[in-house]
Amino acid sequence: MAFTLPIEVAAEPLKVGFVYVGPIGDYGWTHEHDIGRQAVEEALGDKVETSYAESVPEGADAERVMTQMALSGHKLIYTTSFGYMDPTINVAEKFPNVKFEHATGFKRAPNVSTYSARFYEGRTVIGHIAGHMTETNVVGYIASFPIPEVVRGINSAYLAAKKVNPDVEFKIVWVFTWFDPAKEADAARALIDQGADVIMQHTDSPAAMTIAEESGIYAFGQASDMAQFGPTARLSSIIDDWSPYYIERTKAVIDGTWEMTDTWHGIKEGMVAIGAFSDRIPADVQASATAIKEAIVAGTMHSFEGPINRQDGTVWLKEGERADDGVLLGMNFYVEGIEGDIPQ
Amino acid sequence: MILTVIAGGTLFTLMGKNPLEAIRVIFLDPIFNDTVASYTRPQILVKAAPLVMIALGLSYGFRANIWNIGAEGQYIIGALAGASVGLALYPSEAFWLLPLMGLAGIVGGLVWALIPALLKIYFRTNEILVSLMLVYVAINLLSGLVTGILRSPIGFNFPESRSFHALASTHNDELIAGTGMHFGVFFMLGLVIFCYWILKRHIFGFQVTLSGQAPRAAKFAGINPNLMIVLCLGISGSLAGLAGLLEVTGPAGKLTTTFPVGYGFTAIIVAFLGRLHPLGILLAGLLMAITYIGGELAQFMIGLPAAAILVFQGMLLFFLLATDILVNFRMRWNTQSKNRSRIARPS
Repeated sequence: MAFTLPIEVAAEPLKVGFVYVGPIGDYGWTHEHDIGRQAVEEALGDKVETSYAESVPEGADAERVMTQMALSGHKLIYTTSFGYMDPTINVAEKFPNVKFEHATGFKRAPNVSTYSARFYEGRTVIGHIAGHMTETNVVGYIASFPIPEVVRGINSAYLAAKKVNPDVEFKIVWVFTWFDPAKEADAARALIDQGADVIMQHTDSPAAMTIAEESGIYAFGQASDMAQFGPTARLSSIIDDWSPYYIERTKAVIDGTWEMTDTWHGIKEGMVAIGAFSDRIPADVQASATAIKEAIVAGTMHSFEGPINRQDGTVWLKEGERADDGVLLGMNFYVEGIEGDIPQ
Repeated sequence: MILTVIAGGTLFTLMGKNPLEAIRVIFLDPIFNDTVASYTRPQILVKAAPLVMIALGLSYGFRANIWNIGAEGQYIIGALAGASVGLALYPSEAFWLLPLMGLAGIVGGLVWALIPALLKIYFRTNEILVSLMLVYVAINLLSGLVTGILRSPIGFNFPESRSFHALASTHNDELIAGTGMHFGVFFMLGLVIFCYWILKRHIFGFQVTLSGQAPRAAKFAGINPNLMIVLCLGISGSLAGLAGLLEVTGPAGKLTTTFPVGYGFTAIIVAFLGRLHPLGILLAGLLMAITYIGGELAQFMIGLPAAAILVFQGMLLFFLLATDILVNFRMRWNTQSKNRSRIARPS
């Protein structure tokens, strides 16, 4: 039996590189990006060849890894952490024929696109659930870096919780890392000591989820579902789904239609997904949370819709007014009711 | 080396990778690969520079039995002190700015190293513990400052300082275009020669070795042990501080909370791998740098996980140190005479 040779000689597969800030086994941020990478392989088959470097420190090492990838024939490189922004721009300048996709940054170039997800929409849904579920009225929040993305998440979750529970209070711990299971676990313990019975996080490991499970309180999965780490503690989760975006952009490079863009997708486009609700959430709360999700998708609701005051009591958004993306992207203030200061 | 290659090869085979290919990528591709080596060859020197500089400083203390384990802290403080000078004078441009920052870096590292030195002299504290603990103080000081007064006003609240690359006079730029080789690489090479000369030709090299091997004899020879403590810790602190400053103004570009990546600790390994000899340290530093860069290549060229490469590096050190003992000592399994040393004695 002879093989039928394809009429067209198959072109060289496109080499696609991924630079990860954590290990692919973090079960959070990097894990989801790697699932996206696998989806690209699956969807585009032998047209692509993907590879990755994990646990790459932000800074000089990242720049070297990206340069090596570009030199070794990668034509599309995804750099998946905010701290890779300057290295990505620097390397992109040296390799104008290589396309770069930088996650969560704000610097672009003719061959550098940026993409991010409206995680804050997910925070509105889980904030709503947290407001209902807390009995001590204290929600613990493990925050990573005081950048707009994280501050936005805190504000969004707080507003949603406050709406259904006027007595709710947020305790926030800043850990200044994306991935450090030991620090994240310590932060979770500290929050529990302060009376928190629901924990949210903006860090990458499931450490806080395991602590919540041990302590018999609630928590939410972050970036990944994390259900296996807190079978009883997990209420729901915010899941990042990068697969459709990665497939689309990689395909664009193969087809030669790639252009520099800035993408900010939310629940509607599927970049942010809400994990299944736990049975421990009462049916009516499940229903209202689903309604919120659907309203965000339909555009009848926005996470930041006035009246909202800033922490100092000054008016930010008037009745019915919605926050525009520019303000959201640079958000560096808490909304009224959150105690404490953003580390300045 | 050979043992590492065998054990590492077995590990890679068990993981379903071609062992020969893996070892080729880790050790040879950074130097010989057609497409990447023109870039990675000078990068090996860049990566080795801080390791070798710190290790050279440490080697004096280790020869004299003075154990500075806190080079990481001195490296951080050197970077902090030098960077603070640069940031305080921002945005002035002057040719003396980088040298001044370098000086501040040296002083920063020196001061941080003199703390354990003086505590040892006046209170007989253990310099191993004090210097190690000061690493953690330094890390927290760094976090505090980059989230505080040193934070860049244009960095969107991210805990990082202004970029030192933005101004020509604070940029420890590459000296040969396209190679990334900055001042540190040339300092490293100069220091290796200088330290070699000190060790072989200068009285200080002899005094250090004598203090380590025969402290009583050293005292009779008129060597002040306290002075040795100050000098040994001071030298290693200064060099670590300078290495930190060159790194922050060079490859790193700015202070961040993730700036310390453990060079100060790796340098201890480099110092011992190089048997405390300047030329050995240079070779050991280059070897470490090759495994780092080769490890990155192995990740995306053949899909080896980062953890496997760390294990491989660990094996390399383990086998090098273990064979060192086996070469220099004869193992004797002696259960009869309890008076004699049982395991290892010079052959």
